[in-house]
Amino acid sequence: MKIVTGNDLKTGDVIWWSGGETWSRHLGDAIDAGDEAEAVAAREEAAMRVNVPYIVPCEQSDQGPMPLHIKDRVRAFGPTVRADLAINTNIPIVKG
Amino acid sequence: MYQYDQYDQAMVDARVAEFRDQCERRLKGELSEDQFKPLRLMNGLYLQLHAYMLRVAIPYGTLSAKQMRMLGHIGRKYDRDYGHFTTRQNIQYNWIKLEDAPDILADLATVEMHAIQTSGNCIRNISSDQFAGAAADEIADPRPWAELLRQWSSFHPEFSYLPRKFKIAVIASEEDRAAMRLHDIGIQLVHNDAGELGAKFYVGGGMGRTPMIAPEIRDFVPADELIHYAEACLRVYNRYGRRDNKYKARIKILVHELGKDEYTRQVEEEFAHMKTLGLNPPVAELERISTYFADPDFDQNAPDDLDMSDPDFRIWVEQNTHAHKQSGYAIATISLKPTGGIPGDASSDQIDLMADLAEQYSFDELRVTHSQNIVLPHVKKADLYALWQKLDAAGLAPANLDLVSDMIACPGLDYCSLANARSIPLAQKISERFADVKRQQDLGELKLKISGCINACGHHHAGHIGILGVDKKGFENYQLSLGGSGAEDTSLAKITGPGFDEDGIVDAVETVTNLYLKTREDGERFIDTYRRIGMAPFKEALYG
Repeated sequence: MKIVTGNDLKTGDVIWWSGGETWSRHLGDAIDAGDEAEAVAAREEAAMRVNVPYIVPCEQSDQGPMPLHIKDRVRAFGPTVRADLAINTNIPIVKG
Repeated sequence: MYQYDQYDQAMVDARVAEFRDQCERRLKGELSEDQFKPLRLMNGLYLQLHAYMLRVAIPYGTLSAKQMRMLGHIGRKYDRDYGHFTTRQNIQYNWIKLEDAPDILADLATVEMHAIQTSGNCIRNISSDQFAGAAADEIADPRPWAELLRQWSSFHPEFSYLPRKFKIAVIASEEDRAAMRLHDIGIQLVHNDAGELGAKFYVGGGMGRTPMIAPEIRDFVPADELIHYAEACLRVYNRYGRRDNKYKARIKILVHELGKDEYTRQVEEEFAHMKTLGLNPPVAELERISTYFADPDFDQNAPDDLDMSDPDFRIWVEQNTHAHKQSGYAIATISLKPTGGIPGDASSDQIDLMADLAEQYSFDELRVTHSQNIVLPHVKKADLYALWQKLDAAGLAPANLDLVSDMIACPGLDYCSLANARSIPLAQKISERFADVKRQQDLGELKLKISGCINACGHHHAGHIGILGVDKKGFENYQLSLGGSGAEDTSLAKITGPGFDEDGIVDAVETVTNLYLKTREDGERFIDTYRRIGMAPFKEALYG
C-alpha cells in the first residue's frame, strides 16, 4: 500500500493525500495511491496543493493506513514526547 | 552588550525586506521549492519533520532581557508557546508557518536579532564561554573578539559558499566550557611570555560522522592579527576543501588529509601574504566594540556571605553557581533539565520569567550554554536566595548542573527529519531513573550526551557517556559510548559494543555508573575512572 504525504506550503503542516485534489491533516483519511503514487505527487506539487511530496509505504491496520517506518508515524501523530502537541495519541507510534 | 550600529541594523532590515519578497513569491508560486529552499535556509528556515523550523542566532550566547522577552513573544505568537535552546547557543522554533516567517524576522530585527547564517555552508553563529565577562578564571573577556568575528563573518562574500558549514568558538580560560577543540576553528585567548594578549589557534575539530579533535596550529597570534589569521585558515580551506563529497567536505578532513604541518604551512604562507594587504580591522574598531562589554556597575561592597540554612537552596548553590570575578557576586545557571523534561525546552512564560529575573538580578544579561541551559552571569550573592525561590516556583531550579540528568539531547526523531531515532524519550527516562539528586551528586560530574543520528548534534562523541540512536532494520537502536569529553581534556568516546533498545540503554547507563561507583578512587569522576581502568571492565559489566 502506498500513500502520499508532504507539507502544506503556507503552514508547513504535515498533510496526507485523501483522493482527487484533497489533502488531510489526518493519516486516517489517507487513501492508497497504488501505482499512481508518483503521478499524484507530481501533479499535486505542480498544482501547489502540497510541498515536497513523497510516497510512504504502509500497511492497512485496524486504525487505518499505518506507515511502515517510524519516521512517518512520528510525522503522522506528532512528537511522542508532548501529548499536547500530538495529533492522535491513541495510536502507538513505536511498534513492539 | 553590543548594540547595533547603523550598518548592522540596515543589513538586518534589508534582509527582512528581501526575505519577505522571496516568501511572497514562493507563496504565489513564482518560485519553486528548489529555487526557494536555499533562500529560506539562508534565513534559518528549515522544513523539518512536522513543520517549518526557524533557528534564531544568539551571538556567543549573549542576550539582553529585552531580547529574551522577544524570544518568548515569538514562541507565544507564532509557535506553540515554547522554544528549544540548542547545542550551539541558538534557539529553535518547531512549528513555524511560512506566511509568518517574514513577520518573525521583522520582530527579531527590532531587538537586534536575526536568523542569518544559521544554516548553509557559511560561517555559523560564533560560540563562546557562557561565563564570559564574569568568570573568575578568564584572562580577558572573549566576547569583543567573538563580536569582531561575527561582524567579519556576516555576509563575508568570500566565505558565503564554503565547501561545508563552519563553526568557530572563542574562549579565554584554561577551563573549556565551549567544547572549543570540537569546532572547525577553536580560538583560545592567551598571554605570551611578554604578557601581551593574543590567541592560540586550533583548527580541524568537529563531531558528526567523523569526529576529530582540533590540533593546535599556532600557539600565539598577536591580538591585532587575529582576523587575518582566521581568514588565512578559511582561505586555505575554501581553496582545497572537498566539494565533491559532502561527507568529506569539513575542514577537519582537509587538515587530516594534508596533515597538520602541511596545512599549517599553507596557512602561514597565506597569512604572510595577507599581512601585506593591510585588511585587518583597525584596532580602533575592536576598542569600539570592547566598550560595549565593559563591566556592569558592580557593587564593590557586596557581601560574600550566604545564608545556606535552607538545605534545598544549599544544594542548588553548590551545584548551579560558579565563582564570579567580582567578590560578592556569583554566576547562576538555570537548568532546563527537570526530571522527565525535554532538555533545552522552555515555555514562553518561563522565557519571560528568566528575562524578568535577568533584569532584576543580573544587570539585564543572560547567556545560553551549549549544554542547553541559561545563565544569569552577574548575581549578587545576597540575591541568590530570592532568585532561587522564584526559579523554583516556576520549575526552573533543578540542582543538577553537570550531573547525570543535565543531559545534552538533540531533538531527535521527535522533530528532526535527519534523525534515525528519538533522543528526548531517553533523556526523560534517564532523568527519571536518576531523579534523586543525592544519588546524582554521589555520582558527581557526569556528562551524558545523546544524538539521534550520526550528525551528532547531541555531542555524543564528547560525552563521558554518549548515546547514539541508529536505525536497525526499521527499529530504534542505541549505541553506548564511553570516555568522551568536550572540556579542556578533550577526548572522543569509544563504542562499548552492540547497541540496546530503548529500555535496555537506560539499564546500560545504570550498569556503567554502578561499576564506576564500585571501582572509583578518591576524587575520581566517572571519566577519570574510565581513563584509569579502560573499557574492558565496562564491557564485561554490560555484556558479560
